[in-house]
Amino acid sequence: MQNKITVKNLNAWFGAKQVLYDIDIGVEKNGITAIIGPSGCGKSTFIRCLNRMHEVVPYAKASGKVLVDDEDIYDSDIDPVDIRRRIGMVFQKPNPFPTMSIRDNVVAGLKLGGVKDKKILDNITEETLKKAALWDEVKNDLNKSGVSLSGGQQQRLCIARALAVEPEIILFDEPCSALDPISTSKIEDLMIKLKEKYTLVIVTHNMQQAARVSDHTAFFLYGKLIEFGETGQIFRKPKEKSTEDYIIGRFG
Amino acid sequence: MKWNKRKLNDMIMSFLTAACVVIAIIPLVSILYTVTINGISAINLDFLTQLPKPVGEPGGGLGNAIQGTFIVVGIACVIGLPIGILSGVYLSEYGENRFGRFVSFVADVLTGTPSIVAGMFAYTFIVLYFKSFSAIAGGVALSVLMIPIVTRTTEESLKLVPGSIKEASLALGIPKWKTTIYIVISAGKSGIITGALLAIARISGETAPLLFTSFGNMFWANGLEKPISTMPVQIYTYAIAPYPDWHAKAWAGALVLIILILVLNIGVRFVTRRKYGM
Repeated sequence: MQNKITVKNLNAWFGAKQVLYDIDIGVEKNGITAIIGPSGCGKSTFIRCLNRMHEVVPYAKASGKVLVDDEDIYDSDIDPVDIRRRIGMVFQKPNPFPTMSIRDNVVAGLKLGGVKDKKILDNITEETLKKAALWDEVKNDLNKSGVSLSGGQQQRLCIARALAVEPEIILFDEPCSALDPISTSKIEDLMIKLKEKYTLVIVTHNMQQAARVSDHTAFFLYGKLIEFGETGQIFRKPKEKSTEDYIIGRFG
Repeated sequence: MKWNKRKLNDMIMSFLTAACVVIAIIPLVSILYTVTINGISAINLDFLTQLPKPVGEPGGGLGNAIQGTFIVVGIACVIGLPIGILSGVYLSEYGENRFGRFVSFVADVLTGTPSIVAGMFAYTFIVLYFKSFSAIAGGVALSVLMIPIVTRTTEESLKLVPGSIKEASLALGIPKWKTTIYIVISAGKSGIITGALLAIARISGETAPLLFTSFGNMFWANGLEKPISTMPVQIYTYAIAPYPDWHAKAWAGALVLIILILVLNIGVRFVTRRKYGM
């Protein structure tokens, strides 16, 4: 297995409160890695450290190494803006830009990055909306507001928006927790399709979701990585007692 | 229906709140009524376009005062809107520090400052310096009143823009300054415009800070460095004069001013009602 991301000795804080302790983990290229664990275990903080979104919060800081293709994204001469262009993110609540149309939402990253050619933008709009399995539903309404869509459609719009800037990695922070089961299954199918081209990391509250979509699963508890392995092994034969207790629902 | 204490309380309180609403709007309705009744008869095209005539001569109008008000308020906007809006953007997007909290506090204090203090400020620094009353001094005095209002409304409306949208933009690799301009300000635009219009409405009727800055003038404006007529000051001059004809003009001037401010407030309604693509 080839690792796209290698995390070494990652620690993270909010002010004086430490929320991640010495995380070491490798994320497989063109795979789906799921992060599971109870609320407050640091799983969201962890993936926000992978594209340097953690430090956007006031008083938040992180230390350690996050290597993407052997390049440390926390190196002092790396611009977090470039990192975030390479590592996209989809959030828990769908958050399309409220003042923009569907089309402008999709290409927002490109437009604000300086791409002006309308033809290119239109092509990318169609292409990425197709990738995000949303094209057929919105192709006649591209000028409508992004927030006029249903929750599930909005989330796929956000995925399209992340895909449009051509990232190498996409981070999903509980992307389905606000969605109905049908939308959820659409997004899960989409993730499985996306891993052909991208490397995916998904934080989820929903263990069945991790079992359904991921190749590898990491179990976090109180800011520590308890266990990491192939998804089948984690769910069938966890090595750690606390992993087993969480998976069979003794706590969480 | 069972008559009990809770229902009685409910009725009494409902009645009290409704009564307070009536009491609150009595002065407003009374002002509008009196000003309209007394002012409407003196309003005609001449009144809006002519210069004032000397005492005793019939006719004449407030044309120069209307012109002057637009000029002085315009100067205030040119100075006050950029400073106010940019300060608000700073406070909302970059002001999470001691300096930001200090500025926020100062803006609150300034909002509550009596308007005559703003006039004294402009008098001290501009009128005394140039040794002349001027339109610019009036504009500066009004901008001092305007800046804290615009700053705070801009800050508040940008803070209402959900953090999730800023994060979405940053996570796309859009730099913070572009996020602020194209995402945050764009989403909070109607709030900023509302704040600006309300501030303009507020300063358009100010009299005290103009008395000893823009002063007054019985002729058309002839330069920003010269004294200039404005409606509130002109109304004041007419109102305290002993001539019935001037009193009528004061009422009419007040009516015109109220209509102008009303139009601005209706504009605010319009801006806040329009929503994207609906």
